Parts: sequence; C-alpha cells; structure tokens
Amino acid sequence: MSPEGTATAASLALPAAVAAPGGRLRRAWRRLRRRPASVGGVAVVLLFVLLALAAPWIAMTDPLQTNWSQIRRAPTLAHPFGTDDLGRDTFSRVVWGARISMQAGVFSILLAMLAGVPLGLVSGFYRGALDQLIMRLTDAWLSFPFLILAIGLVTILGPSLTNATLAIALGATPTFVRLTRGLVLAVREEDYVQGARALGAGDVRLMARHIVPNIFSGLLVQATVSIPTAIIAEAILSFLGLGVQPPAPSWGTMLNTAQQFLDSAPWMALWPGLAIFSLALSFNLAGDGLRDALDPRDY
Amino acid sequence: MFEFFVRRAFISVITLFVISLIVFAGVRAIPGDPARVMAGTEADEAGLQEIRDKYGLNDPLAIQYLRWVGLALIGDLGESIRTRQSVVATVAQKLPITIELTGLAILVALAIAIPAGVFAAVRRNTIWDMLASALSLGGVSIPNFWLGIMLILFVSVHLGWLPASGFVPWWEDPAGNLARMIMPAVVLGTALAAVLMRQTRNAMIEVLSADYIRTARAKGLTQRGVVFRHAIRNALLPVVTILGLQTGALMGGAVVTEQIFVVPGFGRLIVEAVFTRDYPLVQGVVLISASAYVLINLLVDVSYSLLNPRIRVRGAGEP
Amino acid sequence: MRKITLVVLGLLVLFAAPAAAQKKTLVVALNQDPDILDPTLSRTYVGRIIFSQMCEKLYEIDEQLRIHPQLAAELPQITDGGRTVTIKLRPNVKFNDGTPMDAHSVKLSLDRHREMKGSNRRSELAPVEAVEAVDRLTVRLRLKAPFSPLLAQLTDRAGMPVSPDAVKKLGDKFGTAPVCVGPWQFVERVAQDRIVVERSPHYFDPAQAKFDRIIFRIMPDDNVRLANLKSGDIDIMHQISPTDATALKREGKFEISNVTGLGYQGITINLRNKTGKTQPPGDLGTPLANDPRVREAFELAIDREALNQVAWDGLFTPGCTPIPPISVFFDKSRKCPGRDVAKAKKLLAEAGQAGGYAFEMVIVNNPRERRVGEVLQQMAREAGFNISLRPQEFASSLKDNDDGKHQAFLIGWSGRVDPDGNIHHNQTCKGALNATLACDEKIDALLNKAREVSDVDQRRALYREAIDMFTARRNIVYIYHQNYIVAFPKSFKGYKAVPDGLIRVKGTSWN
Repeated sequence: MSPEGTATAASLALPAAVAAPGGRLRRAWRRLRRRPASVGGVAVVLLFVLLALAAPWIAMTDPLQTNWSQIRRAPTLAHPFGTDDLGRDTFSRVVWGARISMQAGVFSILLAMLAGVPLGLVSGFYRGALDQLIMRLTDAWLSFPFLILAIGLVTILGPSLTNATLAIALGATPTFVRLTRGLVLAVREEDYVQGARALGAGDVRLMARHIVPNIFSGLLVQATVSIPTAIIAEAILSFLGLGVQPPAPSWGTMLNTAQQFLDSAPWMALWPGLAIFSLALSFNLAGDGLRDALDPRDY
Repeated sequence: MFEFFVRRAFISVITLFVISLIVFAGVRAIPGDPARVMAGTEADEAGLQEIRDKYGLNDPLAIQYLRWVGLALIGDLGESIRTRQSVVATVAQKLPITIELTGLAILVALAIAIPAGVFAAVRRNTIWDMLASALSLGGVSIPNFWLGIMLILFVSVHLGWLPASGFVPWWEDPAGNLARMIMPAVVLGTALAAVLMRQTRNAMIEVLSADYIRTARAKGLTQRGVVFRHAIRNALLPVVTILGLQTGALMGGAVVTEQIFVVPGFGRLIVEAVFTRDYPLVQGVVLISASAYVLINLLVDVSYSLLNPRIRVRGAGEP
Repeated sequence: MRKITLVVLGLLVLFAAPAAAQKKTLVVALNQDPDILDPTLSRTYVGRIIFSQMCEKLYEIDEQLRIHPQLAAELPQITDGGRTVTIKLRPNVKFNDGTPMDAHSVKLSLDRHREMKGSNRRSELAPVEAVEAVDRLTVRLRLKAPFSPLLAQLTDRAGMPVSPDAVKKLGDKFGTAPVCVGPWQFVERVAQDRIVVERSPHYFDPAQAKFDRIIFRIMPDDNVRLANLKSGDIDIMHQISPTDATALKREGKFEISNVTGLGYQGITINLRNKTGKTQPPGDLGTPLANDPRVREAFELAIDREALNQVAWDGLFTPGCTPIPPISVFFDKSRKCPGRDVAKAKKLLAEAGQAGGYAFEMVIVNNPRERRVGEVLQQMAREAGFNISLRPQEFASSLKDNDDGKHQAFLIGWSGRVDPDGNIHHNQTCKGALNATLACDEKIDALLNKAREVSDVDQRRALYREAIDMFTARRNIVYIYHQNYIVAFPKSFKGYKAVPDGLIRVKGTSWN
C-alpha cells in the first residue's frame, strides 16, 4: 500500500517471530524506554486520541458554525488558527478533524488485517494450489498503484468516509497477506510448532495456539506503521474530494479548500497539514520504537 | 537458472491475466454512462445509441473483453473517447514526462539518502544518527501533497524563485524544464529518500560489523578507507533492490505530485481519464502501469537472483 | 558532488528569472483541457476559446450581445413567415489551407453539423430542414417551422464553416488538425499541456492578427495559473477566482475584466422524476416535491446577496431568472425575492413541517460548489431546513439526475446567447434537459410561441409571463449568474469582455 509499508514488511519477516514468548513484554518496555523519541511518539498519539475523544470540550467553538463577518481572518486570540472561507474556526475544525483521521486510519487497518491475516495464514500454512491462487491475486492487486485503486473504488462506491476507509483497507490488505504468509512460513518449521504437531494438535489448534501468538508482534508493528500511511491516504482522498462529506471537518478537505486561498489565507493550509504530519510522525516514531523493542537484533 | 526464469515469467503472465480481468471489470463498475458524458448535456436517446454502437458498448461484456485483450496483444489499445487520439500515442506522449519526473526524484532521493545513511551508520548512536533517523521518519510522515502546497506557497508565491508549474519539454528549454521539475522531484523523492536512508544505514551497519571489514581494519586501514573502499559498495546492493521495489509506490506518488504541480504526465492522465469516464483510456493506462510494475518486479527478481544465488534455491513463490 | 550542486544551482538562478516577454507570442492560460477540436463534435467551453482564434463563424456577438455578421456579409434575410433564412457570404474569404470559403463549403459544413454521427450540433440545428447553395456566395436555410433563436446558434460552433478538403482528408479525426477560417491556424496540440496556433497567411483581415503565435497552456490549478501570471510566464489568465481577482486588483499591476456570463446557477428540485426522465412521471411522496410551500420556504431562506458576498467576494451577479441582466430579454422591472426567515418558518409550519424538514442536496464535487452548498446549507438551517450535502462527481451526478435519483441538485447552465437556449430544454414538458419532469402546458405554449416570433418586445413579454409561472413552480430555484473574470497586464490593449466569457485575441495588441 505504501513505500514504507512493503519495505518494513520485508525486513520484519524473520526476527520478530523468533523471539521466545516469555518475559518479552517487560524487555520490550525496557527497550522502548531507552528511546525518548518513541516514548514521545506514543505520547503524541495518545494526545491525538484524547483530542479526538474530547473534541467537544477542547474546541469550544462549533466547528460547523459559520460566521460571515469573519471570513478568512488571520489567527487571533479568539481564533488561534484563524478562520476559513466560511468564517468557521480553524482550530476547532482541526481538533474535530482528529476524529475523522483517527477513525479512517485505525479502522481501515483493522479491516485490512481482518481480511489479510486469515488469507495469509491459510496461504502460508497449507501452501499448494490455494497458496498460489491467493498469491497471484495479491500480486495482481499490488501491481495497481494504491492511489489509482482507491480513486477507482471510491468512484465506484461514491465519496464518503466509510467508502474511503474501505478503499484504504482494500489497498492495505495485500501487505498483510504477504506479511502474514511470510511470518507463518518462518514459524511453521520451528521446533515448538513441529513438536505440537507431533503431539497430534489439529490445524486449527496449531494456528490458534502456536502460530498466531508468535506472529502477533510482527503484525502489531506493521499495523502501527501502516496507520500513519492510512491517515495520509485518507487525507489525500479527502483532498481529491473523495472522502468525508461537507461540512464535516476533515484535514484533507480543509487542505483542498485552503488551496484556493494560498495567497490570501495561508494559515488555512498550514494547520491541517501540520496536524496530519505530526500525527503520522508520532505513529511512525511509536512504531519504530515498537519494532526495535520487539526485535532482538540491536540496530 | 533457466527454469527459475521460465517459472517466474509464467507467474508474471498469469498475474497480467488477472490484472486485465480486474481492470476490465473495475472500469465497467464505475457508475456513470460514458455515452452520456461524451454526448454532453443535450444528447437525445438516438444520439446516445449511436455512440454506444460506435464504441461497442452494447456488445456482451465477454465480447468486449476479448476484443479489448485481443487488440491489446497486438499493441492497439483503442482511442480515447474524449480526444480521439490513440491511447498508445497518448501514453507515449505522457510517459517520458513521468519517467523524467521519477528519474529526478530517484536522483534527489539517492543524493540525500546515501550520504546521510552512510554518515548515520558511521556515527552510529550519536546525535547525528538520531537526527538522521528523525529526518527519515519525518520524510515518511509528511503528506507529499501538503509538502507540495507548502513549497509552492514559499518558494513560488512568496519568494518567487521557481515557477509554480507549467511544464516545458526538455528539448525545447532544458533549463526551464529543470526549473519546473525540481520541486515536483523533491516532493516525490522525499518519502523515497526516507526509506532509502534507513535502508542504507542498516545495510552499512551490517556490513561494517562483517568479518572482512574487521579484517581490513585489523590490517590497519583507516576508517575512511574502510568505509569508502569496502563498505559502501557492499551495502548498496540491498538498497538498489529496495529501489526496484519502490517503483510502484513512486508511480502512485507521481499521481499526486503531478496533480499538485500540474505536470502533464501519466499520473494526471489516469486521474483525468477516470473523471471523464474515458473507458478506453482508463483501461489502457491502468493496464500499462500495472504491467510495468509486474515487469519491473520480474526484472528485480531475476537480477537479484543473478546477484544472489541463494534466492533461486528457495524458489520463486517464497518471500 | 559539490561542483555539480553549484552548477545546478547556477542554472536554476539563471533560468528561474522571468524570461523576457516574448512580445510576438501571446500565452493564454486555460483551466481545463478542451475535448476534440472539431466544431461538429466539440462539447467543452474551453474548446470554444481555441475556436475563437482559428474558427470564425457566420455571425458574431458583441459586448452587448448584439449579433453582427462575421463570415456572412450582412444579417440574414428572413422570409416566408420565418421559414426561409437567406445568408449572403463575405466575398474573398479563404480557409486556412488556402481553399475558398463559398456557399458550397458552407452548405457542406452545416450539413456535417446536422448529420454527422455523434454531432453535438444536431440539436442546435434541428429546426433546419435543408441547406441550399443558391449561388457562389448565397446560402439558404429552409426551416421546418419558424425558429427565431436560430441566428444565435450561428454565432457559435453551429455557424463555423470547416474546410471540405480537410474534412475529406481526416473524416471524424478532423479535430486532430482542424482547418477553418480564422486569423490564426492550428499548429499542434499536446494533450493536457498546450495548444498552439500561428498567424494564418490566408485570413482576409491580417491587420487584426497582431501576434505571430498564441500558445494556450492548460493549468487546472488556480494558484498555478496565478503564480505564472505574476511571474510573466503567461499573459492572459482566464477564469481567475474572485478572491484572487480582488487581491490582484489591489496590487495594481494587472487589469481585471469582469463580465456577467450568459448562464445561471440554480438548485434543481426534482418534482416528478421517479424512474428516469424518459419514463412516465411518478409521485415522489416527499413534501419537497409535492408541497409548493416547502419549496417556497426554501427559496425564502436564501439570501442571494449574502451568498454572492461570502462565496464569490461579491464579484458574481445575484439573479432569480435564467436570463442574465445583459440580455435584451432581461426584465428590468423584476425584483428578486429577498430573505424572509419568519415567513419561511411559517410556510414550513403550514406544510406540517414545523419541527424542521430534512432533505438531501447533491453538489458537484469541487471546492467552489462545495462552498456554495455549505452556505446554502447554513442559510436554510436557520429557517428550519436540515440539508445534507452529497458531493458527486460531475459525470455521475448528471446521470443520476436524469435517472431521478436526486431530491435537489446544485447545478448550473453555461448559457446561450438566445434566452431560448437557457429555458426551453429545462422548462418544457418534453424538454431534453427537463430532469424534474415538471410539466405545464401553459408554460410550453408561451415558450413555443417565443420561438416563433422574432420581435424582441413581444418575445420579452412572453418570457416574462413564462418566468413568472415557472419561478413560482420552483422546479429550478435560480440563484446567481457566474461572471467571467480575466486578468492580463496593463500593457495589453483592446480586450473586449463579451458575456460568453470567451477570449478573443483578434484586434488586441501590446501597447
């Protein structure tokens, strides 16, 4: 789905799975603590979660309330981020926009995992013709530039937040199919899996008890670094007018509007962009820390 | 080796077949009647029928698909409904522009990523290393369309240093072409630079801790000599591979970049074709870009296996 | 490495400076790539800007929308109760390939417009039964019935003669290398990038063509066009946004030309279209469709002046009819309904919707339409309407509107010189564009009559009566007329702002 997405998937395939389960969390936390930037990232992500949840109390001005005597005003005390082309408070729209971005980012990746992980699991566990079929479909799917795929899908389904989320999820699915399959291939030959098999464990039990827990951390890291890409993707779709419906505040839509007023109201373009950037950055920092924390190799 | 190549090529053909099916079905699923779009607002039913007949839109879908694939195999992708120019000619006009853009973007990315990555690896765990990885994460996190808008805002609107856009072919005005392509190339290259920088750093660290480097050091080679004579060369192999894998992402990025900077390339062609329901153009363009991706990946796989024979033994289907 | 960087930087500095204005070449920026450059097949507005330089027409309009002969020698003689139109052609006119333009070639061109497969001129020339070449310079059109808007049709693409030689050579690909009569002729086209025309050696009035070449650059982004105008990379910017125009005017370096266009913007409210506009009408079962009081309340919630200020910096033209103020058919005595929230609420209450009424309005998916939609949404909310906006892409929205899938649709009409072209298709029972399936035989009778009579005062009275009736019906609530804003350097002289908004380079020059 994205440059970062596939690259990290490849580098993740082995190390995460090899780690033995015991005491891993505590060790991971110790490693994470050694990286202040990642802790900061986690903190900012949590801050955005808070913003999204507590939007009504943080942004006291109604993000939809237009004021036609206050059109495109530069930042003031009353409107710290200025106002937009309909006199709405940009600060409050940025705060409320966090909800939409979070929703789109998290839900699309959850959906992608929901579809991709089982496919990858089956593909890697059973191999054979089924594996070939799934992989060919995945290859074909991956060969469409993600954005083209998303634009096509949203055009087919009609622009809305739900459809944008779906399109992003579909775009991210092959990454999870491939990653899961790779992780399963690495784990299934491990002694403890072979041992369980020798003891007569059935396929379902093998997958549920021995494989999934051991590939979980790899998936978690991938999810954390996929979410910022999904957030940016939602912003791009909204920017192209294919996301949330007006007048709901979305960072991408705000940038789309702002583009008409770059000359006269540059603040309209500054804040939503900064919001996307800082949210994506903190997710990436968190994901980075998580990867290192769960990865026994020391980079 | 030969067997591996045949097998890999066969898989590519199957993938292409699946792609053609998806493209065809996808385009038909887009709502909006192309005849209606072509005929404009004032068309009557008879006029619409005429257009549908002319473009074979009334035939059964299977026939339409076979006709399309058959002609595509002999290099004919039909003509654009909107401009009546042949799809192949239109693509031939646009593709060089996007290739130039992505080429420049790769140059920009390499120019930033390799020195920074090597430096970060050599000065591992210093403030420089942290700065480099912060920059790298920043590059991945910045939405490139916003970066583009901000660049236009500051570099073009406020400072007036570079033209905001407007493409000039390089054979007409090479310098003007470069002046207009540099901002889009920077925007497109940023995310790639970030990915490559990280890759370079990791590869360098791995190489620097390898036995032969230790040996070289033990023999009394200076740090400089080690880095430049031995390490970089060996570290670049995985970087080049990643570069190959990034072509798809670059093509996607080109869509947004071309949109922002109004570069009349392949990416804008796709978006425009979708929005105007130019069926033949959408089909042709998406098919070409997907095929290019498949081919590039085939080449990467094959060249990688030539360079690194271990891959072959494991077979093509494995990660 | 360092050396290369320096060289690159040096090159950039050298060439980033605005190139000295090429005085012999005029560069015009367009916001959209035209479709095929064939007068018979063309559909897009921007395409007409290209034609304005290289494809002249039998008749031409001026700033006051008066019609003058261009390739014709004089205004046509209308005889036989309006059924025969005789056109004398200007002598010694050559197409840009050097072949003569005469009655024969004009007949061939008009027949091509009327009969070619996929022609978009067919409906414009539908009233014409036959075209005859009477002598070398006289063409006669025989009409099925009197049709007074015909003359206005001949001021646009339907009145463009094309070179029969070129048509013979290229057939339906004529648009890839069009040959007409014009001060400039087609040179090349690079899709989505540029269209180039150069001075024609065959044009009959060469003194009018002061530029060797005109380059049309396609730049969809407003900021980009503006930045290029400021840097001098382009000379004329078409369709500048009102906000930018205001700022540019303040800077004082550029001339801004602002003219009310021929079209209108309105809200189309579906009344009876349940299953498609070619199907029999049905009952939609919604108060918006069935209760005129709800629609009236909606119109009373709208403040046209405020909308114009908020959405368009006051630079467009508020209006409540399909006829723009510049037209001779415009009714100067009409006053647009003002905003009256109290009355709107009262009407809603009478219609049994005192608690508020919700409906969905479709808007075309772009930031400008979205802004208008959001302003309307806000205005209507204060009167008790809860409008949800659904952005749809242009292509899909037209189809869904035809198919009866919309409740309300914010959509405009680019406009025609003759008011008939702004009204008849939309407001008559069987009109090709009547997607609301509103139908009133009295309105049909008035609009049909206005096609037959040619006296301006009589026609104005007929339109006044029809407009009274359909604006009360409110299947379309007209809200404003779009203006065409064009910017160019102060040294550019001779630009005429014609209400069709097309740029006519002929006759202009650098001072």
